[in-house]
Amino acid sequence: MTDQPKPNSFRTGPDERGRFGLYGGRFVAETLMPLILDLEREYEAARNDPAFHAEMAAYRATYIGRPSPLYFAERLTETLGGAKIYLKREELNHTGSHKVNNVLGQILLARRMGKKRVIAETGAGQHGVATATLCARFGLDCVVFMGAVDVARQAPNVFRMKMLGATVVPVQSGAKTLKDAMNEALRDWVTNVADTFYCIGTVAGPHPYPGMVRDFQSVIGDETRAQMLEAEGRLPDSLYACVGGGSNAMGLFHPFLDDPSVEIFGVEAAGHGLDKLNAASIAGGRPGVLHGNRTYLLMDKDGQIEEGHSISAGLDYPGIGPEHSWLNDIGRVTYLSATDDEAVAAFQTLSKLEGIIPALESAHALAKVIERAPALPKDHLMVLNLSGRGDKDVPQMAELLGTSL
Amino acid sequence: MSTRIDARFAATASEGRAALVTFVMAGDPDHATALKILQALPGAGADVIELGMPFTDPMADGPAIQAAGLRALKGGETLTSTLDLVRAFRAGDDATPLILMGYYNPIYVYGVERFLADAKAAGVDGMIVVDLPPEEDEELCLPALSAGLAFVRLATPTTDDVRLPAVLRNTSGFVYYVSIAGVTGSATPDFDVVAGAVKRIKRHTPLPVAVGFGVKTAQHAAAIARSADAVVVGSALVDAVRGSLDADGRATEKTVSAVTDLVSALAAGVRSARVAA
Repeated sequence: MTDQPKPNSFRTGPDERGRFGLYGGRFVAETLMPLILDLEREYEAARNDPAFHAEMAAYRATYIGRPSPLYFAERLTETLGGAKIYLKREELNHTGSHKVNNVLGQILLARRMGKKRVIAETGAGQHGVATATLCARFGLDCVVFMGAVDVARQAPNVFRMKMLGATVVPVQSGAKTLKDAMNEALRDWVTNVADTFYCIGTVAGPHPYPGMVRDFQSVIGDETRAQMLEAEGRLPDSLYACVGGGSNAMGLFHPFLDDPSVEIFGVEAAGHGLDKLNAASIAGGRPGVLHGNRTYLLMDKDGQIEEGHSISAGLDYPGIGPEHSWLNDIGRVTYLSATDDEAVAAFQTLSKLEGIIPALESAHALAKVIERAPALPKDHLMVLNLSGRGDKDVPQMAELLGTSL
Repeated sequence: MSTRIDARFAATASEGRAALVTFVMAGDPDHATALKILQALPGAGADVIELGMPFTDPMADGPAIQAAGLRALKGGETLTSTLDLVRAFRAGDDATPLILMGYYNPIYVYGVERFLADAKAAGVDGMIVVDLPPEEDEELCLPALSAGLAFVRLATPTTDDVRLPAVLRNTSGFVYYVSIAGVTGSATPDFDVVAGAVKRIKRHTPLPVAVGFGVKTAQHAAAIARSADAVVVGSALVDAVRGSLDADGRATEKTVSAVTDLVSALAAGVRSARVAA
C-alpha cells in the first residue's frame, strides 16, 4: 500500500474529519458525538491560547521534571560496537513514564472545561497512575478502568492508584485486559455525559484524541531534537520506540517526520512470535474499526476482535494509533517487532550495562536497537525512547527468572 | 424506501397504537434456536424485528446484550450465518420488517457493497449501526440508501436542536430515540422527559419515532407507547433467553416460550396504552 502519492509534509494530519489518510475518524455512538465535538472545540481554543501553553510549561518543569535528559549510553554503545546510542530518559519523569506528558495536558484541559470527574483506561497501570496523580494534584475525582487480568499482574500500580485516591474498577468483560478496559470507560462516558472527562492514554480513540495526545507527547521529540543538536551538532540518524497504542513513539517521531535523513522505527510486541499469539497490529492485523477509529487491528476473518498477547501489559492491545497505520502505509515509518524473549533479554542487558532498569514495554524497542546497532557505523546517531522505568515489572521478572521475592 | 417498514408503521398508526419493536441476538443461544425465536416473534405480537449482529466489543451495550453477543459468537455465529437466518425467516414471513443492528467492524470487514447486496437479497429492510454517526455517513449510510435499505439513526438525550437536523438528514424508516444517556438495559427512563423528547424530534421529522434503552416491562412499554410511535425492547428479551438456559448454557424447551411470553405481555402493554390513556 505504498503506491500513494507522498504528501508535502507528514505533519499536517489529521484533516478536519479526524483522518490520517484512510485511518482515524469518529466512529462513536451518537450519545458521545456532541461530547467529542465539544472536546475538539475546547482543545482548538486551548491550543491557540498562550496561557494554556505557559501553564503546561510550568508544570512540566516543576512537577514532571522536564526536560528529561538525552543520555549517551556509553557502555551499551561500546559493548555493541556500532552505532552511538542515546536514550531519551522518559522513565525519569514523575510517575515513571512518558504517560504523564499527555495526562498533564488533558487534565489542564479538563479544568478549563469545568469537568469534575475524570475517567481513564489503563493496561500496565502507567497511564492510570499518571491520571490518578494529576487528579490528586488538582482535586478531581478519578475512576480508572483496568482489566481484571491486568489488575492481577500489575498489583504495585493498582495499589499506587488507590493511594493516590483513585477508584480502580476491575473490568470483568471480554478478555479482561486493556481493550475491555477501554470499552468499559466508553460505557461509563456514555452514562456520565455531563460532568465526566475521558482521559485516553494513547494516540487512539475518536478524533480529536489521536492528534491531541500526539501533540501533548511531542515534547519528547522537540526536546530530543534540541538536545541532539546541542550534543552532536546534527540530527539523529535513526529513532526507535515501542508501539502498543503508540503514544511514546508518536511523541518522539512527530517532530522528525519531515526530516528525510532521519530513519524512524516503531517496534511492536511480537509476543510468542508473529506466527503465534502476539500484539503486533501492523505485522499481524488489517484495517478495521474499533474504539472510535479506523486502524490496523488484530481480528478474525469475520471482523471479531482478537486478544493480543504480550509479556508487557502496556503493549497488550489489539490495535494501534491511526497515525501509525498511515505512516506505515505511506512508508515514512518502518514497523518492526520484538518477541517476549527478546524484550526480557534486552531488559537484563540495559540493567547490567547502564544501571537503568527499563520498562518491559521500552525493552521491546531496546531489543531492536541491540540487534541493529552492531552493523551500523560508529558515527550513526541512534535514539531510543526509554519510555518507562521497570520498577513495576520487577515482580514479573523475578517470577520469570525463577526467583521468589 | 422500505415498503415493509412504511407499511407496518402505517398499519399500527391506523390501529391507533404504537408498534412493538423487539431486539434479539442472531445466534443466541444457538443458530437453530435463534431461528425458532425469530419465527415466533410476529405471532407473539412483535411488529418490527431488530436482529443483533454479534460483536466482541459492543461499546454501547450493557451486560445483558454483551453476554448475548458472546453466547452467539461462542456458538460460531458470523455475519454470513446471520444473513442465512434472515433468509430462513423471510421464507415464512414476507411482511414483518427486519432491521439488523450492531457495530461497523464486521460489516466493514465483510465489505460494504457485498454486505448491502447480500442483506438486500436475504430480505433485510434496514440497519442500525451504533458506531456510525452522521459524520461518517459516507461509510455505510449513503451506500445503504442507494441500495434501497433503510438506515435508522439513533437520536439521544445529548442530541440538541442544533444537531438534530444533521442526525435526521439521512435517516430513513424510523428514528430510534435512546431514552437515557447510558448503555442498553441500564436505567429506567423518566417517561415524561421521554414524551417531551419525542415531541421535540417529531417537530423535525415526519418519520415515526421509536423509543428504546431501559424498557423492561409491560408497564414501561405502555408508558412509552402513550407518546412514541414504537417501543423497542431488547435487553429484557435476551435476559429471558439467558434465564431459560440449562447449567451448560444450552437452550431448553422453555427458551422460545420464555421470549414469546414476554413479547406477548409487552404487546398487550403497548396495545393497552392509548385505550387506558
